[in-house]
This record gives sequence, C-alpha cells and structure tokens, in this order.
Amino acid sequence: MMSGMDFTPNEMMTIAASRALKSSDVCFVGIGAPSAACNVARLTHAPDITLIYESGTIGTAPDVLPLSIGDSELCETAVTTVSVPEMFRYWLQGGRITIGFLGAAQLDRFGNINTTVIGDYARPKTRLPGGGGAPEIATSAQEIYITMAQSKRSMVETIDFFTSFGHGDGGDHRQRLGIGTKGPTLLITDLAVWRPDPVTKEFTVVSLHPGVTRDQVQETCGWRVRFAETLEQTPAPTELELTTLRDLQTRTKAAHGAAKQGAA
Amino acid sequence: MAQFMPLRQAVAENLKDGDTAAFEGFTHLIPTAAAHEAIRQGFKDLTLVRMTPDLIYDQMVGMGMARKIVFSYVGNPGVGLLRRARDAIENGWPNPIEVEEHSHAGMANAYEAGAAGLPCAIFRGYRGAGLAEVNPNIRFIECPFTNERLAAVPSIRPDVTFIHAQKADSKGNVLVEGIIGIQKEAVLSARRAVVTVEEVVDNFDDLHPNLTVLPAWTVGAICVVPGGSHPSYAHGYYRRDNAAYIEWDGIAADRDRFLRWMQTNVIEASPENFAARVEHLRLA
Repeated sequence: MMSGMDFTPNEMMTIAASRALKSSDVCFVGIGAPSAACNVARLTHAPDITLIYESGTIGTAPDVLPLSIGDSELCETAVTTVSVPEMFRYWLQGGRITIGFLGAAQLDRFGNINTTVIGDYARPKTRLPGGGGAPEIATSAQEIYITMAQSKRSMVETIDFFTSFGHGDGGDHRQRLGIGTKGPTLLITDLAVWRPDPVTKEFTVVSLHPGVTRDQVQETCGWRVRFAETLEQTPAPTELELTTLRDLQTRTKAAHGAAKQGAA
Repeated sequence: MAQFMPLRQAVAENLKDGDTAAFEGFTHLIPTAAAHEAIRQGFKDLTLVRMTPDLIYDQMVGMGMARKIVFSYVGNPGVGLLRRARDAIENGWPNPIEVEEHSHAGMANAYEAGAAGLPCAIFRGYRGAGLAEVNPNIRFIECPFTNERLAAVPSIRPDVTFIHAQKADSKGNVLVEGIIGIQKEAVLSARRAVVTVEEVVDNFDDLHPNLTVLPAWTVGAICVVPGGSHPSYAHGYYRRDNAAYIEWDGIAADRDRFLRWMQTNVIEASPENFAARVEHLRLA
C-alpha cells in the first residue's frame, strides 16, 4: 500500500467520502448516512464544516459517532438546536444546505434511492425503515453525495421504490420535474469513486481504490458499469486519516457498548 | 388548565378506544411511561401518529392496539428495523394495520399546520418521490403567485398528544430543552395534551426568556414520572440507553419473547419503575 499501512475497503470508503467535504460546506447528515465520513472530515482537513442532523442540531461536533440522529452529544456540541419543523422549513427547504449526504439500501445507476420496501409497497417482502428526511434532502440540498458498500443486492438495475429522487431516468429528468438542485454528484463505494455523466447522468467510475480491479467493481454491481476513459486511482488513506477514523470508532465503541458504528 | 395527577388517571381520562393519538418526542423525550400505561389499560383501534414510531409503537402495534400508524421513519434508530411493526405490515400479526407514510418534512409541516389551525400544510416536497403515488393524502397544488407546484398534506390534529418534558413549575407551565423536536407542535395541534415530567420546581423565574415553554393552559394533565422517557433520554437528567435499543432488536425479533418481555416489563410494572431504569444513566 502507498501509505505502508493496511486498511479495509470500508475504511477506504469512509476516508474517500470524507475528502469530498470542505470546511465551507453545510452538510445535512441523513438517516443511514456515514456520519463517520462527515466527522473524519471535520477532524482532519475540514475543521469548520457545519454538520447538521435532522433532529435540529446545527453545527454539531460530537466526540463520538451518534447511535441515533438525536443523541444528546449532538445537541450539547451544536452551535444551536432548532425544532424539527424549523429544520426542514428554514434550513433545508430554505436552500441553506450545500451537501446532503445519503446512504441507500438500494441504488440505481441514476442515483435514485430506495430505503422503503423490498418488493411491492402494499405487500412488501421486507419493510425497511423508510425515507425519514431523505425525500426532501434529495431535492432541496444543493447537491447530494451518496456512500454505500457495493453488492449486487444493493446496486440494482431497477429499484423497488423511489424513496428519494436522484436523476430519475437520467438526462434532464430533474429539470423536467421543476427540481433546480443538482442532485447526486458523487457516489463513493468501498471499491471506487463514481460521478454522473454530464449528459446522461449515469454514474460512471472515475477512480478505483488502491488494489481494486474493474472486474471487482462489475462483479459487485447489478448494472453494466461504465468506466471513465481515464481512470484514476484513489490515493490510499494517510496515516492521519486512518488514525482519526480508528480513534473515532474506538471512542464510539466505548461509548455505545456493542453499538453499530457510524449509523445515523 | 394543567392539573397534576397520577399517570394512570391522566391516561384513563384522556385516551379512548378509536382515538387518533400522538406520543411524540424526536428520539429525545419519548413518552415511554405514558405509552406503557396505555398498554396496561388495553386501548384498541388507535390511530397512532409519530414521526419515528420507535420502540413504543413497536410495542403498541405488537400488543394489537393499533388500527393504523402514521409515520415518517419506521426504524430502530442506529440499530435497524422495527420488527413488531414489520410483522404487522408484512404478516398482519397480531392484526393487519393500515399505513399512512410520509417524509419527515411532510409530518413536521403537518404538525405545524395543526398547531397553526390550518387544514393543510404546503411545502416544497415529495418531488419525484414514490410516497406521493402510494399515499392519497399527499397531493399537489399550484402557488397562486408563482405557479410553482407545491406539496400539500392534511394537518395533523390528534385527539390526544402525550409528550415527556424536563420539568413543570408549580402552576403547570412546562419546559422542554435540548432536542425540542416536535413537542410544541404536537401539543398545540391536539385537542387534549398530557405531559409527563422529570420533576416539578417552584417557578421558572430564573429561566432565559426565549426557552421552549408550554403555558399551563395549553396542557390538560401533568404527571411526574422520573425516568419516564427511558430508554430514550431527558437532556440534563440521564443519557439515552443505547444498549436497550440494541437489546430490543433481539426481543422484538421473536413473537413469544416479545410477549414475555411485555408481560414482565410493562403489564406487571408501573410508572414508578422508570426511576430505577435510568439510575445508571443519570448525569453527574
């Protein structure tokens, strides 16, 4: 490895996602999203990033990753905490969020997300938690970043339910619905970095993580993957990035017992 | 005007079979003690409204009290799925339930419209979202000034709302602090409101003037139940019991284990048991 350190695909994913965030960003950390990535960014290269959770906490700086979006740590470290109606009306709908950071149970090539049901809505095979804040985050945040581990079950040709709208059928579908925000502009998986094609809006692999092959990306994706003409390699995690992430996860584990890490 | 009374009496006087009831608290200040009292009293055919059903509606649905649930996120936050709610939706156990699903923005706007006395809420939402196709209560209107297409949902007007709060003063004014969520809107949109509190203090004279205070005349009943939002939390009093949320996933995964847990921890328990449940979580 370039850094001389071993790292897991999930660590690479979280760190690659953290690099996409800037100090000037106002980031809405959605349900299921890797708040790990947002907080690694805050603890490394983006110390002034504003992190917002839908519980109304604005400018939060938790020492450990919250188990829920409403943990007290978020409120105690926030610049201010507002009501949920105010959160969604003034701050999200009002256009003050630069990045909405979403996860997905199912994703298609145009960045449409399903976290609602597997199977038919009226008679679901699996009832998932649903959208929470995501339907409006997806259309009111200035742009959307998505992060998830690759698998054929989750990256599918056709999603079972449109929980939140990405680029629809591609092309100018957002504009045709009167949606003026950019929508999904970045997808970071455990294997690669993807960006939408400027015209078709189909997610295209632009960078492979260290040691990852094109075949691996295709084998873990349910649609036929498009690769950019010049494919880059994602820089391996630096020692600072890895240490920051691992320390954060260690603190989180100590705080929550057997809690899942990075869930929101 | 707020009356101080035991929780048993407040639930009996304010909840009825067939009611539309909201037990609110956005992750924080979830009124668990009130929900457990409602379970003990065995109400039926309820329409249960809550943005995030959380463990309390998993329990009420699993005990067969719900005819319908109205929600925007039916998960166990940070842990996964709500298995009793899933069982009801997927398999009709213990009874089939009707589902009215919204986004958080939709529910938050609908509560606010309810508090504002409006018939519906209007906001920029549900664009391209599948929920608009499966929920007939999500509709669209045109802005009369700009022609922009906007979402409309009916306001939420519960028959009764239950919330938990930090404290009341001796007159029955109620203070909510920390993640205030939807507490104020849920009370002001309801016909009747019951509040459980951690404690009662003489007065609020020393408080900052802009805090979230519900005047006594907006609340029907106040019940002192220390620890009453466990395993949720009360900011300034005790921490969220994250281990209990994780443990719930296993309890709720099995119908018999769920029923045994409910028998021991709810049916055979009382509001007074909550104080001991938060003892190890109390802040110094």
